[in-house]
Amino acid sequence: MDRLYGTHKPTNLVQKSILAVGSGVMSILDPSRDDMISIFGETTGVLALKSMQEKMIVDPEGDEILKKRPVINTRTVDLNFLKSLPAGTLGKEYSNFLAKYNLTPDARRPVSFIDDVELAYVMRRYREIHDLTHVTLGMPINMLGEVTVKWFEGIQYGLPMCVLGGFFGSVRLGPRHTAKYLNLTLPWIVRTARQSRLFINVYFEKHWHKPLVEFRRELNIIEPPPKL
Amino acid sequence: MFIRSLLSINRCSLLSLVRTHSTSSNTTHFGFDEVPEHEKQARVNQVFTNVADKYDLMNDIMSFGVHRVWKNYFIQVVRPNPEWNYIDVAGGTGDIAFRYLKELNRFHPSSSSSSVSPPDPSPQITNANSSEKTLVYPMSKCVVADINANMLAVGKQRSLENNLHDRIQWIETNAEKLPFHDGQFDVYTIAFGIRNCTHIDRVVSEAYRVLKKGGRFLCLEFSQVNNTLLQYFYDQYSKTFIPPMGQIIANDWKSYQYLIESIRVFPKQTEFADLIRSCNFRYVNYENLSFGIAAIHSGYKL
Repeated sequence: MDRLYGTHKPTNLVQKSILAVGSGVMSILDPSRDDMISIFGETTGVLALKSMQEKMIVDPEGDEILKKRPVINTRTVDLNFLKSLPAGTLGKEYSNFLAKYNLTPDARRPVSFIDDVELAYVMRRYREIHDLTHVTLGMPINMLGEVTVKWFEGIQYGLPMCVLGGFFGSVRLGPRHTAKYLNLTLPWIVRTARQSRLFINVYFEKHWHKPLVEFRRELNIIEPPPKL
Repeated sequence: MFIRSLLSINRCSLLSLVRTHSTSSNTTHFGFDEVPEHEKQARVNQVFTNVADKYDLMNDIMSFGVHRVWKNYFIQVVRPNPEWNYIDVAGGTGDIAFRYLKELNRFHPSSSSSSVSPPDPSPQITNANSSEKTLVYPMSKCVVADINANMLAVGKQRSLENNLHDRIQWIETNAEKLPFHDGQFDVYTIAFGIRNCTHIDRVVSEAYRVLKKGGRFLCLEFSQVNNTLLQYFYDQYSKTFIPPMGQIIANDWKSYQYLIESIRVFPKQTEFADLIRSCNFRYVNYENLSFGIAAIHSGYKL
C-alpha cells in the first residue's frame, strides 16, 4: 500500500490489530499517553467515520466541508481577529477558552493509520473541532467536562473511542462530580446530543461573529446547566 | 557522482561493497532510504535519542529475550582477562561492558577493585567529539564509547545501579575517529552498533589502529538468515510486529522501521568478513547465531 497523505503510515490488518489492542491497553495503564488514545481512535473508528462521511454528504454544509477540507490551526485561523470580536460571540469565547487553558489549535496529533484520504480528513476535522465543541456546549476542561463532551461525541458520531471514553471516564469521577453528573449533566447531554445538529456538519469558521446564544439556538442546543 | 555510481555496478563485489559502505561515495543507506552521508549521522542520532530510555525494554520484547543469550555467548567468545585493556564501542547502555566485568568477577575475583585512575566518585562522561588532534590514553581497563549522549546517560545510570560505575570510563565519541592513541587495547568489541555507522570500513580501520599487536576485533551484529523458509517468517515477523510494538511502547514507529531496514541492508556474513580482511585483520571468521539472525565476526591484528 502506498502512502496516501503526508502523515500516512500504511498498515495491514495484523498491524492494525496489534495497534488497536496495544493502544487500548496502554491508554488505560497510562492515561497520560495521549498518543495511545489517538491511535486507538484511528484503528477502531473506521466504520463510524464512514457513517459520519455519509451524513456529511447529505447535509449541504457538511458537503461543503468535505469538498473544501478546512483545517483549524494558527496559520488558518487569525487568533487576533477572534480576540477582537465582541464578548459572547463564538470567536471571542473560543479565543478566551484557548487563553484560559493555555491551549493552541496546533496541538492535535496528525492522523496516520487510516487508509482512506477522505476518512482521514474526517478524523482530522473531528479532532480539530473538539475544542470548539467544548466552547459551544459550554464545557470546561475538567474531568466532568471532558466526559460530557465524550458522551456527546459518542452519541453523535458513534466513534468507539468516544463511547468507551465517556463510559470509563465517568467511572473515575470524584463523588462531588458524580452526583452532578448523574443528576444534571448526563440527562442534559444525552438529550442535547440526540436533538441537536451533527457538529461534524457545522462549518464553525463561518460563524465566528455569531453570539453564542443565537448559535446554540440554530444548532438546537439546550442551554447548559448552570455552574459547570 | 552519478557516473561513479553507474560504474560501481560493473565492479566486482568486494569493491562495490567497499564503495557502498565506504568513504568514497557521497550517499549512504539509512534503512532503505538513500541519504547524503552527513545526514545519516544526524538521523541515527535522532533515532537513538528517541529510543534511549525504552531501548532495553524494546530489545527484550522484539527478540523475546533472546538478545540476552546472544550477548552472554558473545562474552564467552571474548573470554575476558583482567590484564586486558578493553573497549566496547557503540556500547551505549552498557549491556556488553557489564557482562564483561561480571564475567571477570566470576573467574578472577581479585580483579574487582576499582581500576579507574584517578579515583572518580561520580562517573564522568568524557566528551571527545571535538575534531582536535589531541589523543588520549584510556583511563580505565574498561572503556565504553558511544556517539549518543542519551544512550551513555542510560548506561551510566545502570552502572550506578549495579555497582560497576567506578570500573568504567564512559566516552562520547564517533567510532570512525576514536580519540585514543594507536595500539591501546587488547580487545575491541562492537555489538549491534556497526550497522548504524556511516562508514563501516572506517570503523573497522579505526579498530585496527587502536588495537595492540595481537589484539582481537569482535563484532556481534544482525546478519542474513541462511534458510529460505525461516527468512520468510523472520521478514513477516519484523515487518508486522516490530514497528507497531515500537509505536506502542516507545511512541516511535519510524525508529523501529529504520531498525528492520538497517538489518536488511547490512552486508551478509561473507561480505562483511571480506571487509574486515581488507582492513588488514588476519584469521577473520564468523559464527552464526540463531540461523544467521545474528553473527559474531572476529579478526586479529597480527
